[in-house]
Amino acid sequence: MSFNLTPVLTAQWGLDQSWTLGAYERADGYQALRQALDMEPDALIQLVKDSGLRGRGGAGFPTGMKWGFIPQGDGKPHYLVVNADESEPGTCKDIPMMMASPHTLIEGVIIAAYAIRANHAFIYVRGEVLHVIRRLLNAVAEARAAGYVGRNILGKSFDLELTVHIGAGAYICGEETALLESLEGFRGQPRLRPPFPAVEGLYACPTVINNVETISSVPAIVRGGAQWFRSMGTEKSPGFKIFSLSGHVARPGQYEAPLGITLRELLDATGGMREGHELKFWTPGGSSTPLFTAEHLDVPLDFEGPPQHGSMLGTTALQLFDETTCVVRAVKRWSEFYAHESCGKCTPCREGTFWYVQIYERLENGTATEEDIETLLDLSDNILGRAFCALGDGATSPVTSSIQFFRDEYVAHFEQGGCPFDPVASTVFAGASA
Amino acid sequence: MPQQPMSSDALPMVTLDPRLGPAAVASDPLSDDARQRVRELGAHVIARYPRSRSALMPLLYLVQAEQGYVSPDGIKLVAEMLNLTTAEVSAVSTFYTMYKRRPCGDYAVGVCTNTLCAILGGDAIFESLKEHLGVGNNGTTPDGKVTLEHIECNAACDYAPVVMVNWEFFDNQTVESAKELVDRLRAGDPPAPTRGAPLRTHMETSKVLAGFADGAVNAGPSAGPASLTGLELARERNESAPAMRQEDGR
Repeated sequence: MSFNLTPVLTAQWGLDQSWTLGAYERADGYQALRQALDMEPDALIQLVKDSGLRGRGGAGFPTGMKWGFIPQGDGKPHYLVVNADESEPGTCKDIPMMMASPHTLIEGVIIAAYAIRANHAFIYVRGEVLHVIRRLLNAVAEARAAGYVGRNILGKSFDLELTVHIGAGAYICGEETALLESLEGFRGQPRLRPPFPAVEGLYACPTVINNVETISSVPAIVRGGAQWFRSMGTEKSPGFKIFSLSGHVARPGQYEAPLGITLRELLDATGGMREGHELKFWTPGGSSTPLFTAEHLDVPLDFEGPPQHGSMLGTTALQLFDETTCVVRAVKRWSEFYAHESCGKCTPCREGTFWYVQIYERLENGTATEEDIETLLDLSDNILGRAFCALGDGATSPVTSSIQFFRDEYVAHFEQGGCPFDPVASTVFAGASA
Repeated sequence: MPQQPMSSDALPMVTLDPRLGPAAVASDPLSDDARQRVRELGAHVIARYPRSRSALMPLLYLVQAEQGYVSPDGIKLVAEMLNLTTAEVSAVSTFYTMYKRRPCGDYAVGVCTNTLCAILGGDAIFESLKEHLGVGNNGTTPDGKVTLEHIECNAACDYAPVVMVNWEFFDNQTVESAKELVDRLRAGDPPAPTRGAPLRTHMETSKVLAGFADGAVNAGPSAGPASLTGLELARERNESAPAMRQEDGR
């Protein structure tokens, strides 16, 4: 094996009652907060800059730089908003994080709010995860009772209010400006940028929006230091990251490892694909990242690797599909998802995703033609880069990449008058029910 | 702080899309007790935010906790509490899929049919449940127990195929296990979720979604088996993150 697993965020997930303040404190929880509140806020921002931590929600923007964009001494309230709306298909790291160790996130929130001089922070969590919400609400109440949230935290002149805001089932609210609209009590539709949230975010005040995994990484960085963090990962993509392995694999689950590992290494370590099958295609970081195939097993999974091969790191949601899977069926379903979740604001995304679905219907029922493939590509050209946010861009990813790698399979659908695959063969219970 | 309520006479009645069926447009007023509860809890909700309008989403969950869906009367009440028009409130309530527009059964059963779950068996599960329950997507069984729907990715792909009941996880489902699950829901013997607390009704669930704890936080495990595979593997391979040295990087 050429890589070491590096459990940091996941290290305490197996502890008895890991979600409680008691369990968290026994594992050195809230020590980082004590250290941080003894530092100047600017020194904390510098520490996070030095660590090289980059946003774990997909974009990879340097976190310390984002914090540094918040104007200081401007007389306006500042806000920290955690994007806990994890809904990108394939992504399943933040939800177990908040279920098992909500205090890691809350400690990170308090430190980050102190650094950017925010006195009110929000955790915007998706609504479809009831028990995760219970664990978050409880952890905030525990943190408040212990004096980590509220007035004069740990006896310092720092006050923080922390509100858990619960979403209601809209993927678009994972987009940061749509999230802000939703938090302000509106339909979740993205805003035009500029102004960027660092200048005019929540209630038109300077706002930092960070992903759960990003903020949860902060306490460890405070305790371990920038060099410790940089001792993992690559020069441009330092640190640990939770890789979420799912699909037709022997051992699906969450694997925390340094950025820059490859899927081949991860599969070698975890028993590979399900027995008797081989990898056909995979997403490096959710359905919005262009598909990879077995050719891409050695691409380093850091912020630089996948873009050199036409994709993106995204959320490191590794969804793997084997040779029993029809790629047209897979992309049709993702297209239906994007059509359903398009907020309707921008015409190219709203109409384009609608027409994707119509064409995939024709492919599936065997009435499509060669021209339909060209129409899919043409539609993609008209969506990509032509909307306010990245939802539409994401919708084009599986379409164009699947045509690039599996054009023959599209052709087979109209040459054979329908889908050539047996859907039963791709289920996990195929063997049992045969 | 709660805003001065507008006179209800000044507000237009909401007419919902008739395609949603007669239940959505029939008059279904909140009881006086229910209104009182929403107003009392709603004051706490509004106090969480610097601006009252931010309370709109949790207030919609509070009215859903009373009626099982967001009724026209519920919309009117929320509008009064926030000094908004009913058009502004219904514009928001209809944007988000978790606000039901028709009465929902005691158990909302959601089968994930996003790509990964669908291919691993979610499509087969959803088809078989439609047939088994005799309802379509968003249909409710005649006994009022189960509302069936297909849902999008619920962030549990390592447990695929996934079924959610009142937003609690039922992991690694099969056609047979899903049928048994809905049978037990209808028989009044709900099984425990894989990772979560004993099931509450859909209306009780909505109150938690408004941000009110229900005391069930300590039920269920820290994490399911798939969430812990990486930790297990690290133990097997005797691997860990490098040790922290306090003074590094300062």
